[in-house]
Amino acid sequence: MHRGKGMKFVGDSRVPAERKPNIPKDYSEYPGKTEAFWPNFLLKEWMVGAVFLIGYLCLTIAHPSPLERVADPTDTGYLPLPDWYFLFLYQLLKYTYASGPYNIIGAFIIPGLAFGALMLAPFIDRGPKRRPTQRPFATGFMLLSIASIIFLTWESVVAVDWEAKEAMGKIVEEAEIDTSSDGFVVYEENGCINCHGDNLAGGSAAPSLVGTGLTAEEVADIAKNGVGKMPPGMYKGNDEDLAKLSEFISTLEAK
Amino acid sequence: MLNKIYDWVDERLDITPLWRDIADHEVPEHVNPAHHFSAFVYCFGGLTFFVTVIQILSGMFLTMYYVPDIKNAWESVYYLQNEVAFGVIVRGMHHWGASLVIVMMFLHTLRVFFQGAYKKPRELNWVVGVLIFFVMLGLGFTGYLLPWDMKALFATKVGIEIAASTPLIGHELKVLLAGHPDIVGAQTLTRFFAIHVFFLPAALLGLMGAHFLMIRKQGISGPL
Repeated sequence: MHRGKGMKFVGDSRVPAERKPNIPKDYSEYPGKTEAFWPNFLLKEWMVGAVFLIGYLCLTIAHPSPLERVADPTDTGYLPLPDWYFLFLYQLLKYTYASGPYNIIGAFIIPGLAFGALMLAPFIDRGPKRRPTQRPFATGFMLLSIASIIFLTWESVVAVDWEAKEAMGKIVEEAEIDTSSDGFVVYEENGCINCHGDNLAGGSAAPSLVGTGLTAEEVADIAKNGVGKMPPGMYKGNDEDLAKLSEFISTLEAK
Repeated sequence: MLNKIYDWVDERLDITPLWRDIADHEVPEHVNPAHHFSAFVYCFGGLTFFVTVIQILSGMFLTMYYVPDIKNAWESVYYLQNEVAFGVIVRGMHHWGASLVIVMMFLHTLRVFFQGAYKKPRELNWVVGVLIFFVMLGLGFTGYLLPWDMKALFATKVGIEIAASTPLIGHELKVLLAGHPDIVGAQTLTRFFAIHVFFLPAALLGLMGAHFLMIRKQGISGPL
């Protein structure tokens, strides 16, 4: 490279006018079968990435991400659980000497020692030896930690009734139904209840009547003339009751 | 055409040495799965980065629909999940990516640990790597609240209670995270959103930059 006096620059910049050729280094002199990262090795890495991506996308399509019902801070019966990778820390807090008055042990001292040791591993395990068998303490403590994480996660998972948990979080659209109201009485007497159900949430034969967004007039029209799979003439009562019924249904909102 | 554009820029900015620094380095035989199949263990770090990139991209698309406020957060996620074209895929990738990144990072950590690759002169890179691990766990914790569904709220309440039990600074830490001494609500959601979308990713990018700079400077550790 040309240095010092006589150096030419691009315009008034500090960029040298002399261009360097853009050719990769020759790695054939390196030990073993060393190869260039770009583009040879990157292509292989990308193929590994592509296979990984296919698995990832299959997982995404097979199991859509879960969404439970909207957060309700007043529901005290709900069983709280963190995401799976925090379960071992959560489980630790359930043991007698790691919870309650000893909370500080389970929440800070044990995880702090474990993660602190992990972070400071290079300063604790200082010998020049690298093979796992030559470092029995490092290897031993790490295997012990992995075993503890697996054990705690397992204990935490088997303690949960996952079906009950799923039912607790399920999205349900339901309304506060006043079964003594005039509208509900008409609903019951006219047999609407047979298809639309006693909580008006619908079923296999009919849709839910909760939060339809329809006006009372539209509901009355459907009750008389039907819609979709519902045949006309399902409502057989008088117009006065129909007004009560349609008013009742059009005002149902999910709670 | 592309070459001409490259030459034009290179003449003015001399980018060839920069490009050679970034792209051109040697890959030794012992880390190359094409030569030794067992070298696939060296892929975990790269795959962690790959999933991280997917997390950033899918997260950017999620924020096009997501609304960080307690009235609309759940509604916007529900809409994204059920109405938006491919919304279920984008959200699914972000959801599963969050787990995959933890798995890959754990495997990468174990590979480095059991090979003793953190020893002198690579101590600093190990420390930065563990910090990245903590940032990822923080991203997982803050992201869990954002859909504002039952599991989100109650898991966060527990998490904040644990933070509140920290000796000396417990109360301050709780208020810092939740935005209020008693309520996990609107303030908490906006704070977690800001932490999840701005603070932690900024820390993550800085740490990852340092991680990659150090590995390029020192090179990968030799065979055992």
